[in-house]
Amino acid sequence: MSHAIVAPVVLPALVAAFVVMAARFDLVLQRTLSIAGTLTLLGLALHLFLLAGDGVPRPYLLGAWPAPFGIVLVLDRLTATMLVLAQVLAIAVLLYAVGGWDRQGRHFHALFQFQLMGVNGAFLTGDIFNLFVFFEVLLIASYGLFLHGAGAARLVAGFKYVTVNLVASTLFLFAVGTIYAVTGTLNMADLAVKSAQLGPEQSGLLRTGVALLLLVFSVKAALVPLHLWLPGTYGVACAPVAALFAIMTKVGAYAILRVHLLVFGGDDLPTAGLAEPWLVPAAIATLLLGTLGLLAARTVQRLAAFSVIASMGTLLLALAMPGPAATAATLYYLLHSTVAAAALFLLADLLAERRGAVRDGIVAAPGFPQLDLLAGGFLLGAVATTGLPPLSGFLGKVWILEVVRAHPAWPWLWTALLVTSLLGLLAFARAGSLLFWKPAALPAPVDPQPQARPVLPLVATGGLLALPVLLALFAGPIGRALEASAAQLHDRRGYVEAVLGPGRSAAMVER
Amino acid sequence: MELLFASGVGVLTAVGVYLCLRARTFPVVLGLSFLSYAVNLFLFASGRLVVARPPIVGPAAPGYTDPLPQALVLTAIVISFGMTALVVVLALRGFLEAGTDHVDGREPDREGRS
Repeated sequence: MSHAIVAPVVLPALVAAFVVMAARFDLVLQRTLSIAGTLTLLGLALHLFLLAGDGVPRPYLLGAWPAPFGIVLVLDRLTATMLVLAQVLAIAVLLYAVGGWDRQGRHFHALFQFQLMGVNGAFLTGDIFNLFVFFEVLLIASYGLFLHGAGAARLVAGFKYVTVNLVASTLFLFAVGTIYAVTGTLNMADLAVKSAQLGPEQSGLLRTGVALLLLVFSVKAALVPLHLWLPGTYGVACAPVAALFAIMTKVGAYAILRVHLLVFGGDDLPTAGLAEPWLVPAAIATLLLGTLGLLAARTVQRLAAFSVIASMGTLLLALAMPGPAATAATLYYLLHSTVAAAALFLLADLLAERRGAVRDGIVAAPGFPQLDLLAGGFLLGAVATTGLPPLSGFLGKVWILEVVRAHPAWPWLWTALLVTSLLGLLAFARAGSLLFWKPAALPAPVDPQPQARPVLPLVATGGLLALPVLLALFAGPIGRALEASAAQLHDRRGYVEAVLGPGRSAAMVER
Repeated sequence: MELLFASGVGVLTAVGVYLCLRARTFPVVLGLSFLSYAVNLFLFASGRLVVARPPIVGPAAPGYTDPLPQALVLTAIVISFGMTALVVVLALRGFLEAGTDHVDGREPDREGRS
């Protein structure tokens, strides 16, 4: 049993506690600790990725209690992939924040580490109640981060964000209670076994519990009509926080994958095919609404916020398709959309900082320093987000178009995907020409004060923007790794045997 | 007992949902509290309602009550207590900064638009 599996949860908790207690008034020490901690986490995540590469899910039994009785963490390929993604995003966001944002309020670094602890825990846990606990950890940290550098607008939006998530957490508990009342367990592997042994009189209750869970995860994943909290939150939060939140909607998508595919997705279960009929229309609605939001957005940050909604629509559409190939396409698009959205949020802030009173509003305004550099960055971000060749957005969308062919209504789904891509392209072209071409026609600004611009935010944003390029360049090896992850996720029997012990999956019928 | 318990959970949930949909922050905070009470009772009952039984399996005891939901409820109570405190502070700060306790941060006009 490798103790490295629990380290992505323990390390940020220790760093955060140390930052709060010992480095409270020393910003330099805070930054050093936070960056060192996050770099170590990245190393750990890469180590775990290699460890999971042999294709055997590894349980980590806390306190060495045997699996269905104690708390268990499980490392498999999907978990390791998500951990690497979260850590890479965290480093870029952290470098950006060190460029000045972390000075706007107190405890940024501590909250940041707690947020990482929650995210990593949610990816690693093999138990539904602990999934709830880690959701709470990441949410509580996110409430603090959201209010970072407060202001009336952020406080009002924050109240709504907290209320929506508290109601969702309550629903989560109702779901957990229902599932426990029926099956008598909350361990994911044990649930997969016990659900297969239920009598028909109990299957209705189980379906209710699982549908409630889907509802909770849909709130996190901002699925229409449960998306209403997202634009207000992501459009108001400070830039690095909004960029970090790009991983939070993906936690929702991950939870749907884990719980509804692995645990309750077996053909033999009363819960089989519960999610898909709802997910497809909801995903299409999400895609349409997100794209309309893109067209209506008046600031770059809101543009980025609605691009998150639109990309979640695309993602969940692929997620609702059956088979490991669809799951692999989902994962590729998940990696891509997380980094692309985060890069857009950072770009919005870079623009807002340089354009004076108009901030990041999508209006024509006089020229500003480093216009060419930011224009290049915005072009890359827009090409990646809208799914134009040659970046990973294009590859991801083509892959999704391919897997969507399995659906009987595929011509309609293709139409929705392609038309929304065109509309998104229009929105980004309009924003780009107003932001970067109109200034050339306007009179030059009166004596722009040359001031030292920190270089770290530019590096962080550039690093994030390079990721869609890298994802496209190494699409072959990455795609194969994701296909292996997807195949492992669909091997429910293998997961159960790895966690509970050999011979325990006998009650399950292989799909 | 089951009927009484179930009606209690139902009434608490209904009150909580109604209050959460109000437009002022204080009723929303109360609504969230009611919802958390409802879910705590619900979780407690998920191990079945058993009277006067120990929470462990013993050879001498005539039966047992499931201890796990009680542990779950403890966790849920701690989290909801902390979150209630946070929401109260947030509502208060919002009221002081925006000058109104409306959830949109501004008073609706005569036609009721906010």
